[in-house]
Amino acid sequence: MNVYKNKKPAWVFLIPAFLFMAVFLYYPFLQNIVNSFMKIRNLGGGVKGVNNPFYKNYAELLTDPNMRVALKNTVIMIFVTLFGEVGLAVILAMLVDNVKRGTKFFRIVYFFPIVISATALGVLFNLIFQYDGGMLSQMVGEKTNWKELYPLTVMMTPVVWQYVGFYFIILVTGLNNIPEELYESAAIDGATRWQKVRYISWPLLHNVVCTCAVLAVTGALKVFDLPWVMFPNGAPLGKTWLTGTYMYYKTMQAPDIDYSSAIAFFIVILGVILSKVVNKIFKERDY
Amino acid sequence: MIMSDAFSLPLGKLFTTANYTDAFSKMNILNAYKNSIIISGCVAAVVILLAGMASFALVRYSFKGSKLLYNIVIAAMMFPVFSTIIPVFRMEFGWGIAGSGKTWMSLLSVILPQIAGNMAFAIVVLTGYIRSLPIDLEEAAFMEGCNAYQIFFKVIMPLTKPSFAAVGIFSFLWSYNDLFTQQFFLRNKDEWAITRLLLEISSKEGTNYGLMAAVVTLVVVPLLIVYVCLQKYIVKGMTAGAVKG
Repeated sequence: MNVYKNKKPAWVFLIPAFLFMAVFLYYPFLQNIVNSFMKIRNLGGGVKGVNNPFYKNYAELLTDPNMRVALKNTVIMIFVTLFGEVGLAVILAMLVDNVKRGTKFFRIVYFFPIVISATALGVLFNLIFQYDGGMLSQMVGEKTNWKELYPLTVMMTPVVWQYVGFYFIILVTGLNNIPEELYESAAIDGATRWQKVRYISWPLLHNVVCTCAVLAVTGALKVFDLPWVMFPNGAPLGKTWLTGTYMYYKTMQAPDIDYSSAIAFFIVILGVILSKVVNKIFKERDY
Repeated sequence: MIMSDAFSLPLGKLFTTANYTDAFSKMNILNAYKNSIIISGCVAAVVILLAGMASFALVRYSFKGSKLLYNIVIAAMMFPVFSTIIPVFRMEFGWGIAGSGKTWMSLLSVILPQIAGNMAFAIVVLTGYIRSLPIDLEEAAFMEGCNAYQIFFKVIMPLTKPSFAAVGIFSFLWSYNDLFTQQFFLRNKDEWAITRLLLEISSKEGTNYGLMAAVVTLVVVPLLIVYVCLQKYIVKGMTAGAVKG
């Protein structure tokens, strides 16, 4: 058939979308790399020539103590998301898969936190971890300064809590795709429930877990809203910087535009390397 | 009261709606809602339309470089917002959209990058669905004398409604919740969208627990209602949009 022989409409359909991506994604992305070698003081200000030496910002990245904290926290965040979010989601998905009724209920309930804005969650958890009169302080029975004493735990708990449901949904969908016959024949061979999980569900879920791990790692690099609401400007005492929040701080609070461009590009590189590493570790397998 | 006994129920004397009236009168929460809905509504509508058109063309027309274009889309999904936001701001500032102090211009300056940010993911999802549609219907429409544009709007669009809905809802929610972009572009009080207002309240009125709880409720409850009603599409859109940058 020759419905689509006339190719002219194709360009009308394609151009607007690709124009948007070219102007607001590709061009700025390249411009950002260029900017990281330039001298730019203000967000709206002009470019004042090339840095001297041109790699100055990247050299500064290596020595900046705040950046070191940010990097350390981001690495912690990556491990927490890997084991806290994906790990917990695997366990929850396996459990729910073994429940006969009400799986739909669990899906709806676990997924809801993702829909809420991280900003609202940040405010909510601020109330819970409040020093004076917060819910947790009341439960323990004495005023405890959670946010000062355990800043990283307080910051990462809500993030984990929010995203567990997301990986849970992906994993449950993966479990549903495993053919029922496998379990039936295993049952005939006398396999226990645990053996079914260990020798059927787990290996067949491997590739889905791999996808989740890549998503978790790249997602950890993008976390911004919630930490910024709960711990603005790296409070307390610059202990809670993440690469994302530090980049924002260097753009808005302590303007050094070319430096924050360098941080942004660094985040991209980190993301690419890490997803390659995760892919290597979890290599897709065929069963 | 909430400070000493958070687990009691607000009955009798403890019950008050003062926090809610405060939220509406002092904080101008209605205006923030309006801004949020304008921004996110525009983003969702434009993303659906343009991404739908592009995916249709990518799937149905075979031409040189269509594979390359698809790879460009995939790569565009990987850019984190951090890596594009500064040049986008400088560019829009140069155009006079961003930081101009005019409310409508500022809203537009948030809408544009958010459209681009959701475009790639939307195209990936929609090409998947359009590819699975049988081509027979389009051929029949062509025989009846429809041109390519009519085929898109009268055949493709109605057939892919569920996935369009999933993409639209995802874009809407993502834009509604995206504090980072809003913080960059919305500087004046009148321009603030709902999450931006929330951040402001939490930093200024951090000790007024009643008010904070009221505002959080006001932000979360609409989402809860929407979520319960459209749960199927939301879960689909969110998981499909997983890899979005």
